[in-house]
Amino acid sequence: MKRIADEGRGARTTAVEQAEKRRVVYLDNNATTRVAPEVVEAMLPFFGELYGNASSMHSFGGQVRKHVERAREQMARLLGADPSEIVFTSCGTESDNAAIRGTVEAHAGRKRHIITTRVEHPAVLSTCRYLANNGYRLTELPVDREGMLDLQLLEDCITDDTALVSIMWANNETGVLFPIAEIAELCRRKGVALHTDAVQAVGKLPIDLSRIPVDLLALSGHKLHAPKGVGVLYVRKGTRLAPFILGGHQESGKRAGTENVPYIVGLGKAAELAAEHLAEEAGRVRALRDRLEEGILARCPDAHVNGRRDARLPNTSNIGFEFVEGESILLMLDEFGICASSGSACTSGSLEPSHVLRAMGVPFTAAHGSIRFSLSRYSTEEEIDYVLEHLPPIIHRLRELSPFVLKTKPQAPVPA
Amino acid sequence: MWEYTPAVMDHFRNPRNVGVIEDADGVGEVGSMACGDALKLTFKLGPDGRIADAKFQTFGCASAIASSSALTEMIKGMTLDEAARVTNNDIAAVLGGLPEQKMHCSVMGREALEAAIEYYRSGGKRRPHVLEGKVICTCFGVTEVEIERVVRENNLRTVEEVTNYCKAGGGCGGCRNQIKEIIARVSGSPVEPEKPEPPKPRLTVLRKIQLIEDVLEREVRPMLQQDGGDIELIDVDGNRVIVGLRGRCAMCKAAGFTLDGLVGAKLREFVSPDLVVEEEKP
Repeated sequence: MKRIADEGRGARTTAVEQAEKRRVVYLDNNATTRVAPEVVEAMLPFFGELYGNASSMHSFGGQVRKHVERAREQMARLLGADPSEIVFTSCGTESDNAAIRGTVEAHAGRKRHIITTRVEHPAVLSTCRYLANNGYRLTELPVDREGMLDLQLLEDCITDDTALVSIMWANNETGVLFPIAEIAELCRRKGVALHTDAVQAVGKLPIDLSRIPVDLLALSGHKLHAPKGVGVLYVRKGTRLAPFILGGHQESGKRAGTENVPYIVGLGKAAELAAEHLAEEAGRVRALRDRLEEGILARCPDAHVNGRRDARLPNTSNIGFEFVEGESILLMLDEFGICASSGSACTSGSLEPSHVLRAMGVPFTAAHGSIRFSLSRYSTEEEIDYVLEHLPPIIHRLRELSPFVLKTKPQAPVPA
Repeated sequence: MWEYTPAVMDHFRNPRNVGVIEDADGVGEVGSMACGDALKLTFKLGPDGRIADAKFQTFGCASAIASSSALTEMIKGMTLDEAARVTNNDIAAVLGGLPEQKMHCSVMGREALEAAIEYYRSGGKRRPHVLEGKVICTCFGVTEVEIERVVRENNLRTVEEVTNYCKAGGGCGGCRNQIKEIIARVSGSPVEPEKPEPPKPRLTVLRKIQLIEDVLEREVRPMLQQDGGDIELIDVDGNRVIVGLRGRCAMCKAAGFTLDGLVGAKLREFVSPDLVVEEEKP
């Protein structure tokens, strides 16, 4: 804990900047994370002295190669994979696109059925729906009220025509985990390729791909304290996948383009740090999340957790506050420097609330007032208590404005 | 992040006139929880016939709260005739403007005011927001009359604008062509010939299947899924729609009722009145 507090103060700021800087309590780590100071440090030489091209024949450029390969090894170790199975990309969305389109292309139209779920990230859902509009058949599996899948239904949907199953590891909005180990065994038994969008899972959960037979896995750097603009597609040896960017031999010919060396090195370092902090995620971060969640539920009537509580990421809590609207909550939290997200319609600019909450059948009354808090290893107990101090009066105040009546009266007087 | 004006943020942070007037002369309630915003406006007239007091309760985003708050300030001191002339643009202007996609918040304010005035004039009969005219947008329950009005008052020219102002067309998008026609009619310019609406009575098989899929997806699945079930379209043979029930529906004793009462009714309402739904024979 001491160490984390120290790291938080690592950034150099002038006195003026310091004065202008508002307090920020960042609980939106499923959106993006702060870049770890160790990661920044690891990247810096590659913006300066070490600017060579990893593919060059001369030793000035060639020396960079070993740093890229070291990053590949660091990432492979975090995933329980072989370094040759790691393909660096520009982001999680690219990885998802490449996995899905690369797989169906590899089947050259002989298999034309894709299975996914209704609660996937748009990176997967939009890609699958694009293919569905272009001659492929798409099955979107439903989820139940707690956000869980029916594995029997998945099994029943797999046919000889199925080219790919794409199912996320952890849901970005609710944190609900799908049983990827079981799903992978099922797909293996049925002889169908499995892609998993693990953008939210990597770095928060132990993942050992030497024991879980997924074929493709997407991850994103900026969700695990590396910068934005770098990701990975894991491709198990022997997986049929069409190359997705042509034009060079980089990344074993699967993804051409000069390597983004500083970011790849940074992601390698972030993977190493994530491996070191996995126990902390499962322990301290989870305890903080539970403290926040229990505290909110105890202080705010008519609030419910969205998603199955015992099968969730340790850092995520999605809470629906009935009779209040999410954007209003977020703006009021913002006044206190507290950062979170909402699945409400208003925050997205669309008119309908989150597709994930709707797929779960969360009533509209709660979907519009859903708030996601997502913690990281930089979150502190003091920050959680700060939120618990300021959130309940906000909910109370907005409900006073609301024409809808509470089902249950507050147990204790709410502090002003 | 929305770009809200200082006036919007001020009304959001310090809303004026929150609450309900118990012995109100006018009561207007519009919107619903499902739509994401709702407003209850009450006012009391003074002896001079002018609005002496006005209060609001709002469920919604910052711009909905700010629009309601600004409205209550604006109408105090107005006669009912003056109040009846307040447009959504007047509300937006007091706030220094609203983001385009949030203009429907100002429209909600105007609608509540209208409902409240009507309540008073009809002698205090509480009328639950009656839909006037044919419903065009079934997702958000917006009628032809309301769409015509926002188009006229705000000089709207595109379907996107109409969606920003009254939400119509913002759900499934099935009414976008009808909205286009309304815009053309109100603005007096001819219907764009690019996308003629297919002649209604002649439903091609392909179109029928698409419509059925659409309705199952939008109207039926969300309900079944709440109970852990699901439905799949197996085949369409003339007017016979063959479906398979999945998940818990497959084992449900009430499935026969679900099929006829729910699925059949929805399909007949939205696709074609002579459809019959049958369950797939295993």
